[in-house]
Amino acid sequence: MELLGLYHYWVFAVLLMIGFYAVIAKSNLIKKLIGLSIFQSAVFLLYITMGKVDGGTAPILQAGVENPVFSNPLPQVLILTAIVVGISTTALGLGIVVRIKEEYGSIEEREIQEIDRR
Amino acid sequence: MTVLFGIFLLTLMVITALAIVHTRHLFVAVILTGIFSLLMAANFFLLDAADVALTEAAIGAGISTVLFLGALALTGEHERASTSSRLLALSVVAVTTLIVIYATFDKPRFGDPLAPVHQHVSPWYLEKTSEAIDIPNVVTAVLASFRGYDTLGEVFVVFTAGIGVLFLFGARPPQNPGSPGKITAKPGQGLRHYLIPRIVGRLLIPFILLFGLYVQFHGDYGPGGGFQAGAIIAAAVILYALLEGEAQALRVMPHKLLIVLMAGGALLYGGVGVASLMLGGNFLDYSVLAADPVVGQHRGILLIEAGVGITVTGVLLSVFHAFASRGKN
Repeated sequence: MELLGLYHYWVFAVLLMIGFYAVIAKSNLIKKLIGLSIFQSAVFLLYITMGKVDGGTAPILQAGVENPVFSNPLPQVLILTAIVVGISTTALGLGIVVRIKEEYGSIEEREIQEIDRR
Repeated sequence: MTVLFGIFLLTLMVITALAIVHTRHLFVAVILTGIFSLLMAANFFLLDAADVALTEAAIGAGISTVLFLGALALTGEHERASTSSRLLALSVVAVTTLIVIYATFDKPRFGDPLAPVHQHVSPWYLEKTSEAIDIPNVVTAVLASFRGYDTLGEVFVVFTAGIGVLFLFGARPPQNPGSPGKITAKPGQGLRHYLIPRIVGRLLIPFILLFGLYVQFHGDYGPGGGFQAGAIIAAAVILYALLEGEAQALRVMPHKLLIVLMAGGALLYGGVGVASLMLGGNFLDYSVLAADPVVGQHRGILLIEAGVGITVTGVLLSVFHAFASRGKN
């Protein structure tokens, strides 16, 4: 049970590195962006996991509840805005990829580099 | 029981992520990303983060999938076999994973109430919210009032990203693009000729919009707020555009209106800050907006949440239209 308490963090580590692998090993630019968003999600998971308190509930105050236990609201606030900023930057990345496709006719890193070398 | 369910979800997420990286078919990868986000949202909900779960479900599973599909339609769905040195990447990733896992043994156990993260400023927020702001949802209180500066910054990042996409697509595409865009059916037609999407979509859109407004204005009391509401409303309009064709959606909400929304929301947010300066308070200190400081806080939060919602809707829709209209040229 002691080790089970760390399972969330292990999943964080594994997801982080799956995303990172896609970014460094895949040559397709869209795949890299997908990898980046997995990487990002893993970080979100880490923050939200750290905010959880045993037996807690979502931090919404209620009248008439004795000694309420709330999970930490602060990581939630940070991640909530980070998700929206994440989609905006992903959209910008996709925009750049589409423009690269229009100029180079390819979104494979290797082919783009070859065209650049010519 | 909840713990077991959480572990089940986390394991599913790892499997989905592996499948996403493994598949060569980008369409499959994007759909799996939607599933991944939905699992992540369920997980956030189990971890008591209702607001975050709502955001992740609306943005990750909804809008992000649509944007990726829009980009795929312009770039092609198949990934070439990568020739780069896989072994090196794998070993780097494996070693780093092991190091991070080794580091987690020093972390406080999951759910430990005595963990350092719960000791510093967070109890203060939980304690002061009812007294200083008097709204039940502490997440909204921290987001909109205690840390209003942060959120203002985030809104401007979203705004800037929207402008960036519009700038990138401002240049006309070259005359002979690599592959012709394969966007849904003929331009302007949408999915209207399919019976089931048409009927179900038409039934759903008003309710999605209504839910978006509820999330916007009920954000002080329950999970919700401007970010989620903006995403949900944008999702409703995107659904409309998919059903009725993009041209029809642009007739309802023209480009100019979207740009006004993008800038207007951010301006409204900044304007509330300036107004509180003018009334003798600090920047974004809403207490001065009314005679009673708590009422002032309520007013300020309502206004800036509206600003956030308007900007997020405007940016997401502009970006969607930028991708969708690209395919026709």
